[in-house]
Amino acid sequence: MAGYIARRLLQAIPVLLGTTFLIYFMVFAMPGDPVVALFGDKTPPPQVLEAVRERYNLDQPFIVQYLLFLAGIFQGDFGVSFSGQPVSEILAETFPVTLRLAILAVLIEMVFGIAIGLVSGLRKGGIFDASFLVVSLILISLPVFVVAFVAQYVFGIQLGWFRTTVGPGAPIQDLILPAIVLATISFAQIVRLTRASVIDTGGQDFVRTAASKGLSRRRIVPVHILRNSLIPVVTYLAVDFGVLMVGATVTEGIFNVPGVGRTLYQAIIRGEGPTVVSFVTVMVLIYLVINLLVDLLYAVLDPRIRYAK
Amino acid sequence: MPSNTRPAQAHFVAPIDETPLVAIDSVKAEGKPTNLWTDAWRDVRKRPMFWISSALIVLIVVVALFPTLFTSVDPRFCQLSLSNQGPGDGSVLGYNRQGCDIYSRIIHGTSTSLSVGLIVTFLVASLGIFFGALAGFYGGWVDAVLSRLGDIFFSIPYILAAVVIMSVLSQYASVWTISLAIGIFAWPATARVLRAEILRVKNSDFVMAATAVGVTRLRILIRHVLPNSIAPVIVITTISLASAIVAEATLSFLGVGLPSSTMSWGNDISQAQVDLRTNPQTLILPSIALSVTVLSFIMLGEVVRDALDPKARAQR
Repeated sequence: MAGYIARRLLQAIPVLLGTTFLIYFMVFAMPGDPVVALFGDKTPPPQVLEAVRERYNLDQPFIVQYLLFLAGIFQGDFGVSFSGQPVSEILAETFPVTLRLAILAVLIEMVFGIAIGLVSGLRKGGIFDASFLVVSLILISLPVFVVAFVAQYVFGIQLGWFRTTVGPGAPIQDLILPAIVLATISFAQIVRLTRASVIDTGGQDFVRTAASKGLSRRRIVPVHILRNSLIPVVTYLAVDFGVLMVGATVTEGIFNVPGVGRTLYQAIIRGEGPTVVSFVTVMVLIYLVINLLVDLLYAVLDPRIRYAK
Repeated sequence: MPSNTRPAQAHFVAPIDETPLVAIDSVKAEGKPTNLWTDAWRDVRKRPMFWISSALIVLIVVVALFPTLFTSVDPRFCQLSLSNQGPGDGSVLGYNRQGCDIYSRIIHGTSTSLSVGLIVTFLVASLGIFFGALAGFYGGWVDAVLSRLGDIFFSIPYILAAVVIMSVLSQYASVWTISLAIGIFAWPATARVLRAEILRVKNSDFVMAATAVGVTRLRILIRHVLPNSIAPVIVITTISLASAIVAEATLSFLGVGLPSSTMSWGNDISQAQVDLRTNPQTLILPSIALSVTVLSFIMLGEVVRDALDPKARAQR
């Protein structure tokens, strides 16, 4: 196991270098002078331009710039936003909010997704199963911002159950509606995954053995079928958690959740190229680490999977 | 119940029932030969979902190609005096904040969504098939290099990547650049699927037979291996068309997509955000158009997957 972890970490290094390089390259090898753009319509004196270039290492060749940027990241320095605040500071403020939102969303989709998937799988072809297959198909097709707006309109404006946007400090009761919206995206996938897995496990020999030795249905379903069906579902939930940590840009923007995603959303709207890059870099790092953890989790959950030394 | 036991017989002996060998060995030569594709077609045409999604897609394509058949109102002719007015009086669905006809804008926005979907799908399929086929078939260092390259593109969530590309290319935003921004990060999924399938297929007997009779490696790949491993690629491609349409709308919605002068559902939804309280149909109607389009492609993808994948068929 330790050998496997070491090998995975080693493999992650070229991917990490590659992704940061790609993002850095995309922004800094493109036409246009970021320093001139910084001054807007005004034309700054050449000395000022020179000084700014030197300060941000923009006078260095591209590859040196990249290496300096990389060195900064390893020292916890993710650059500075246009407003002068260090990106690492913004991350420290926004990260806990996104974390709470992601946990809430994963909890919601886990409870409802597994319950409905289990019932569908046990009564394959029944009316419940058929109707939820249609519902899941529709949910998969709805873009997240459509779900967000409909939820905002129906539950926020028409029924008045929730506030349409998240208040200061992001209290839990305000996060419920955005969490439900985020949960609907993966809910359908979890229902389908659980259903397929339950059908698969239900046909296994050990389930028949359990039934033939006289165990009741109430014991077979949770102990023999459900537990053994959950491995792919748990892995999917973990991957989804990683996606939510980085990809909730649209939902956080719509509900005004002061998290990582909204900060990115606002940086995009304001056209803050460097901040966008720093944020995306950090998000990709988080995403890579979570995916690595997911693979390890898989090995822990399923004893049949043994990674070679 | 008929009995085989005679009274004197102590034990039951089953009558020997031998299947005549001729019946096993005979091959129905006059019957139509079946393969994966004819089987799939026979399965698919029995399913109502296939016909519903196909009909919707044909309709969407016709709307995209000939928008003027469905509306004679100019989507760019807007009168502020009609701002946020409801349906009626020559307008089917009412007017948006700018006083433009919502129905006409939806009809004329169809081609944008569809062309982004098609261009991205073409890009993703060609890059994915090219890299996936090389990596799977040649193996060794080619595989190692291409798989790591795929990992790099795969580990950046493609909406985030497209956001970066589009915020850099903001002055060149068009249907082509947005398709490029989405497609360039979406191909590794296709490549991975094809690579895995080729690894499975390339050790088959028919590949060995082709090698034995002296067919060149490249010809084996193109004529024998690819056609036998393309099925999962077709499935993932249909679904990627749907996600490309969503991605375009999402980027336009975020404000880094198509320029506001381009007619697009994503742009219309984005601009209607502020009217959620006062005139929600400006937001809901283009959203419905978008969702129905995506739904029809996803439905088609599901049907095709069920038809081509025996395991999925068993779980139905």
